[in-house]
Amino acid sequence: MLRRAIENLGSRTIDGVWRIGFAARFFVAVLLHSGTAFRRFGLTIREMYFSGVLSLIIILVSGLFVGMVLGLQGYETLQTYGSEEALGILVALSLVRELGPVVAALLFASRAGSAITAEIGLMKATEQLTAMEMMAVNPIARVIAPRFWAGVISMPFLAALFSAMGIFGGYLVGVQLIGVDEGAFWSQMQSAVDFEEDILNGIIKSVVFGVAITAIALFEGYDAPPTAEGVSGATTRTVVTSSLAVLALDFVLTAFMFRGV
Amino acid sequence: MSKTVLDLWVGLFVIAGIAALLFLALKVGSMTAVNVGNSYEVVARFDNIGGLKPRAPVKSAGVVVGRVASIQFDNETYEAAVTLRIDKRYQFPKDTSAAIMTSGLLGEQYIGLEAGGDDKMLKDRDRIFLTQSAVVLENLIGHLIYGKAQEGAPQ
Repeated sequence: MLRRAIENLGSRTIDGVWRIGFAARFFVAVLLHSGTAFRRFGLTIREMYFSGVLSLIIILVSGLFVGMVLGLQGYETLQTYGSEEALGILVALSLVRELGPVVAALLFASRAGSAITAEIGLMKATEQLTAMEMMAVNPIARVIAPRFWAGVISMPFLAALFSAMGIFGGYLVGVQLIGVDEGAFWSQMQSAVDFEEDILNGIIKSVVFGVAITAIALFEGYDAPPTAEGVSGATTRTVVTSSLAVLALDFVLTAFMFRGV
Repeated sequence: MSKTVLDLWVGLFVIAGIAALLFLALKVGSMTAVNVGNSYEVVARFDNIGGLKPRAPVKSAGVVVGRVASIQFDNETYEAAVTLRIDKRYQFPKDTSAAIMTSGLLGEQYIGLEAGGDDKMLKDRDRIFLTQSAVVLENLIGHLIYGKAQEGAPQ
């Protein structure tokens, strides 16, 4: 009984370590075989259409609504201190620093990450990847790397669009609907938001999230057992793992970027 | 879907993304404020800087002319040495005075410059000698109470 339990623990540990090692080797292989993704940039553009352009609707609409809600809630609180004009600062800083990169990344993980995993998992289950290898085409260079770079390139654009749309939503509610002074809204925002400190750090965050999400999604798809349950389980794991990774990375990055002053 | 339509959509996506980045950089943040190449630095020493922070605005007549570059504590004079980075377009006389002020009752703190009458202008690495510390609310209230107590004291 005890022996079984220890054996069980041992095999789980070995499996876990093997998986981490496999993931690391997979990631290095994707980076090493990235040449094709840039030489034949058409492949990457195709994937940017599927992960970037098709995510636009959900990103833009969510951004608009998040900004509008921020405008309403921020006004409610700020108004009690008589500083409604600071609404622009509140909306812009919370979007550019945190909500833009993080919420866009979470949406990207569930919209594009899951699709990538399902696609790669099915390609593996139907032995398309093996067929490519038989034809001396490296599936990592031909299938995986373009999707990776497409995700990494799309993510900062999506995050920037989310933030811009959110600020527009906050402007609609704050200035047009409630009637905060337009000049104060923009000028206070401009004096408080710094390009390097806030906007550039937000972009760096979104690039890191893009790398994390697409790497996890591709690995889960590549590692999925070639069955229907295997692919569905891998898709679920992609969304859960990459969302948790985004939140954890966000905490670490924020701790480094905005510590102190 | 044909390849050109796909390319078109991705192109539009990239243009929209870059437009959003430009919007963030120019309209939301103010990239035009002070660029490093066209500025000079002067040092001002204060007894007490209150809640002044790096990157706080430096204003003259209410117009932003620069930003606070850094704040250091001088362990010999026990003063705060504040480095101001001022735009080259704005030149100030040597006897300009600097004061730490607060915008509104609870607003952020900034440095106000008041131009003097000297012929010579401030240059890079110069020092502003006339400074006025931040008003600390507790001290002000203390003075007020002390003054009232003095008034009411029997002669």
